[in-house]
Amino acid sequence: MQRPSLAGDCEEFMTSSNEPMTASDWDLASVRRDFPILEQSVHGHPLAYLDNAATTQKPRVVLDAMDAYYRCDNANVHRGVHALAERATGAFEAARESVRRFINARSSREIVFVRGTTEAINLVASSFGQGLREGDEVIISAMEHHANIVPWQLLRERSGIVLRVLPITPAGELDFDRLPGLFTSRTRLLAITHVSNALGTVNPVRELIAEARGHGVPVLLDGAQALPHLRVDVRALDCDFYAFSGHKLFGPTGIGVLYGRESLLETLPPYQGGGEMIRTVSFAKTTFAGLPYRFEAGTPDISGAIGLGRAIEYLETLDWEAATAYEARLLEHATACLQDVPGLRIVGQARHKVALVSFVMEDVHPHDMGTILDRRGLAVRAGHHCAMPVMSYYGVPATTRASMAFYNTFEEIDRLAEALRYARELLA
Amino acid sequence: MSDLDDLYQELILDHKRHPRNFRDMPDATRAVDGHNPLCGDQLRLFVKVANGRIEDVSFIGVGCAISMASASMLTEAVMGKTVQEAQRLFADMHDLLTRNPSGSDPAELGNLGALAGVHEYPMRVKCATLSWHTLDTALNSDDDVVTTE
Repeated sequence: MQRPSLAGDCEEFMTSSNEPMTASDWDLASVRRDFPILEQSVHGHPLAYLDNAATTQKPRVVLDAMDAYYRCDNANVHRGVHALAERATGAFEAARESVRRFINARSSREIVFVRGTTEAINLVASSFGQGLREGDEVIISAMEHHANIVPWQLLRERSGIVLRVLPITPAGELDFDRLPGLFTSRTRLLAITHVSNALGTVNPVRELIAEARGHGVPVLLDGAQALPHLRVDVRALDCDFYAFSGHKLFGPTGIGVLYGRESLLETLPPYQGGGEMIRTVSFAKTTFAGLPYRFEAGTPDISGAIGLGRAIEYLETLDWEAATAYEARLLEHATACLQDVPGLRIVGQARHKVALVSFVMEDVHPHDMGTILDRRGLAVRAGHHCAMPVMSYYGVPATTRASMAFYNTFEEIDRLAEALRYARELLA
Repeated sequence: MSDLDDLYQELILDHKRHPRNFRDMPDATRAVDGHNPLCGDQLRLFVKVANGRIEDVSFIGVGCAISMASASMLTEAVMGKTVQEAQRLFADMHDLLTRNPSGSDPAELGNLGALAGVHEYPMRVKCATLSWHTLDTALNSDDDVVTTE
């Protein structure tokens, strides 16, 4: 396969825009060594993992921490007085404290462990939702992941709430001017994504929260796609709920977090019933545990929480400013390279994006694209990204999405651009 | 890229670029929607059956190269066949695409044998089988929608 001539422009772009990025700024080689999975070949090509918005890879320290827990400390938490139970409980609660520190929550009582962002939002829709009456309103946006649409639709079926949807613009930004008109005296919650998983848009959450505050409405942010790229301070943001997943934050699957403002969490009824979440149980009456345990029925994902805590500690060792600057360059490079590919259209061109490019190509369906790229060792996502309303807004059944993390390389982006040209040659 | 050539054979690409019988059929006796939610393939298959014979068959839709080519090749293969013959072909295609060892030799399936490469791509088998399941539903049931999930 001859290298298409236009790919040369990419290299040129890279050299011209690639101002001194020295090892002291971002030590890419060292960071990549922390992620053993990246050192492999797929179909005879070095793996280029560009599906980080689906799930991120895990650094060795996370794998080691989970392994060590099962090898040495495995016991149930908050029960038993033996040594292993104490070690397990200590490690589990230390992970909660790591999460608290990472998002700057006031208290670890505000950190509820759940399975992931989806369960976090379902928890709010269930517990906070119990306080909503027929005709009460919840505002979401047109760029939500299904996880921040369907729980509210289920609540609508249960309680007759009204869902109002903030539209988006062709660039893939929230149509902010339409927001004030959506608030009414019945608005009870603004539930909105911090970063779009399908478009990469970073939403102006401070302004959104300020607008909601003006109407006395609490705010839930879906932070699943934000935390891997942005540092989040829930106190500075002054949001009421913040939901995120461990596995998109270089931690394991099966664990996530709901941050809830303590004064608000205190008013909510339990989510699920069972062990761990009670203080006393008799057949006549059960009293519930305090925060956050009231929302954590059953044995939690202990190793998952420990893995997430370790992932956060790992992220805290990185030079975050350098990582963010590096990701911005990756995005700039990817956008420039892909825009040059004949027949390719980038979907979502917001002014403020994380390192994610969603695109469609004339005559090449995303599913074919996914297969062709895979054969060159390039892992991308092809599909509707659990955001069907976004797809229908743009009039496409699906897109191909390359989503980057701080361990991706410029060379991987060049390989992507070259493979996209090949795909068009093959199928168009 | 020889392995990709097995999947995207010239015959398949030709059907993808120039789908046969790609048209609406207002007088169809059955019209069934096939949907692959995983990748968004959507097609509507029309058949006109009279006296146990498929007098006309066509489709419209959007989808990946494999799903579109498979549907196009299907219309050529079952045009004019009896319902029984088409059902046998469905079974043969199912065996071919899922690589049932007791299935028939791809060589005996003529042009349709070009789809045999799909079985090397487990994630893509549903793309190729969608139109065939849709045909099966059109011929054998009263459902109007079929989905691969």
